[in-house]
Amino acid sequence: MWSYILRRLFFGIPTLLGVTIIVFTLLYLAPGDPISAMVPSDAPLEVVQMIRQQMGLDKPLPVQYWRWLTRVAHGDLGNSLATRRPVLNEIRAALGNTFLLAVSAAFIGFTMGVVLGTTAAFFQGRWVDKVASAVAITGVSLPHYWVGIMLIIVFSVTLNWLPAMGMQETSGGSSLWTLLRHMLLPSIALALIPMGVITRMVRASVLEILQQDFVLTLRAKGLWSRTVTRHVMKNAAPPVLTLMGLQFGYLLGGSVLVETVFSWPGSGFLLNLAIFQRDIPMLQGVILVLATFFVILNLMVDILHSLIDPRIRRT
Amino acid sequence: MAEPALIHPPQELLEGPAGTPMSYWKLVWWRLRQDKVTLTAAAVILCIVLSAVLAPYLAPHNPAQGSIRKRLAPIGTPGYILGTDEQGRDMLSRLLYGGRLSLRAGVMPVCIALLAGSTMGILAGFMGRWVNMLIMRIMDIFYAFPSVLLAIAISGALGAGVGNTIIALSIVFTPPITRVAESVTTQVRGWEFMEAARASGAGTWMIIGHHMIANVVAPIFVYASTLVSVSIILASGLSFLGLGASPPNAEWGLMLNTLRQSIYVNTWVPVLPGVMIFLTSMTFNLLSDGLRDAMDVRL
Repeated sequence: MWSYILRRLFFGIPTLLGVTIIVFTLLYLAPGDPISAMVPSDAPLEVVQMIRQQMGLDKPLPVQYWRWLTRVAHGDLGNSLATRRPVLNEIRAALGNTFLLAVSAAFIGFTMGVVLGTTAAFFQGRWVDKVASAVAITGVSLPHYWVGIMLIIVFSVTLNWLPAMGMQETSGGSSLWTLLRHMLLPSIALALIPMGVITRMVRASVLEILQQDFVLTLRAKGLWSRTVTRHVMKNAAPPVLTLMGLQFGYLLGGSVLVETVFSWPGSGFLLNLAIFQRDIPMLQGVILVLATFFVILNLMVDILHSLIDPRIRRT
Repeated sequence: MAEPALIHPPQELLEGPAGTPMSYWKLVWWRLRQDKVTLTAAAVILCIVLSAVLAPYLAPHNPAQGSIRKRLAPIGTPGYILGTDEQGRDMLSRLLYGGRLSLRAGVMPVCIALLAGSTMGILAGFMGRWVNMLIMRIMDIFYAFPSVLLAIAISGALGAGVGNTIIALSIVFTPPITRVAESVTTQVRGWEFMEAARASGAGTWMIIGHHMIANVVAPIFVYASTLVSVSIILASGLSFLGLGASPPNAEWGLMLNTLRQSIYVNTWVPVLPGVMIFLTSMTFNLLSDGLRDAMDVRL
């Protein structure tokens, strides 16, 4: 067991290094000189040269990468070009909000996905199955940013039940009720994709177990109780759990669009802001932090998977 | 997936002596023709594509010309069936023209990724050893990013523009296609007829050209087709963030973005571009599901 976990942790290191290389490269993908984003276009050449030297941008790329990596490893993601504050502090504040949204969206999406998928599988081919499958395919086909706008139109503009935005003003010292009211619409918009994906996966997974010999034997014997259902669910669980881990990661990293629609002060909103202010250190910081979370999450899912299903450990 | 057993054509449709199997592609075509949902989806996609291609002939107004006096006319206004946008431009014309950019930005990346990913994947699967190691480990790195985040990161760094959207999304979709291509190639490589071909003196390129392509293409193609709907949603999403098409161009995601502020004035016109994105991605999803069943591919 431990050898598997250690091996898995060990393989995570090159992945993380790869992530840092990609994030570092982002600076050079940006059109023009990285400096041009920092100084006004009419800045004298000597000043540009000075900043270049100060930031070490005149050194060869591998040297620059190494310097940047050492700083990052010490928790220094640089300062935001826009606010001049350390990137890490800004991200820390925003990440909590994104996490909150991701957890509530995951809760809604996963619960609905499991319920719909299981029902569909047990009633395969009947109308319940058809409805569930239609809901699932709609869920994965809907552009969630558009759903966010639709929800605002219906529940905020027309019915005036829930606030469309304004989470910023309420954050800190706000009551749980206000928070929930602000969270509901973006969570629903975000929950659609995981709901669809999980429904399809649960349906396929349960169906496969239902057709296995041991279930067929039990059913042939006339046994069809909660115990059998429990065995079916337990056997169908591992691939679904893996997918849930992935989907949760997608929620953390993919909430940019929904956060923009609802002006939700999370990491996605920060990312969007960074892009428009051409604040590359902020862009790099947010992406690095989110990708690191995603790698750790995948690692945990793999380890959890091996705990549930010991066959994994031998491969 | 444990789907219901495959549909097989009745005996009287089969040519030749009893028991002669249909050729694979004939069988696929036969199955597709039985599948009403997939056929409908394909027809809708065809309509959307045609309306985009023929936009200059179909559009009743100039999509770029607006008038302040006609701003935000509601749906059903005479002369402007689907209303006007925040600059008084005809919505119907803009939706028709919008399809050109949205479809291009959505479909192109999958095509590019299909080309790049299947080349690398087949190469990795066929060569094995260090080539496989090198290609697949590089692809693994991209898996460390959620796809939306990677797309936004790359196009955010590259800057706005449809070309940059296409580049970013191509990079996002190449690793998963490579992975699928590698895994099917590795599987097929182990089959006995491959051994036989090799034993009878067929060279590497001969084997790749004749045997691998035929047995590997179907699953890769089906997998790539599932990505089109995601790609369309993401491409329009990038435009929605302001990273794709730039005003005054008509593009569904961009239209959604610029009209977003108008929901308090005219509630339902801003909804329309989203309907188009949804319709397109939904039909592509249905089509790829149908293709998967007809081609009998398990992913």
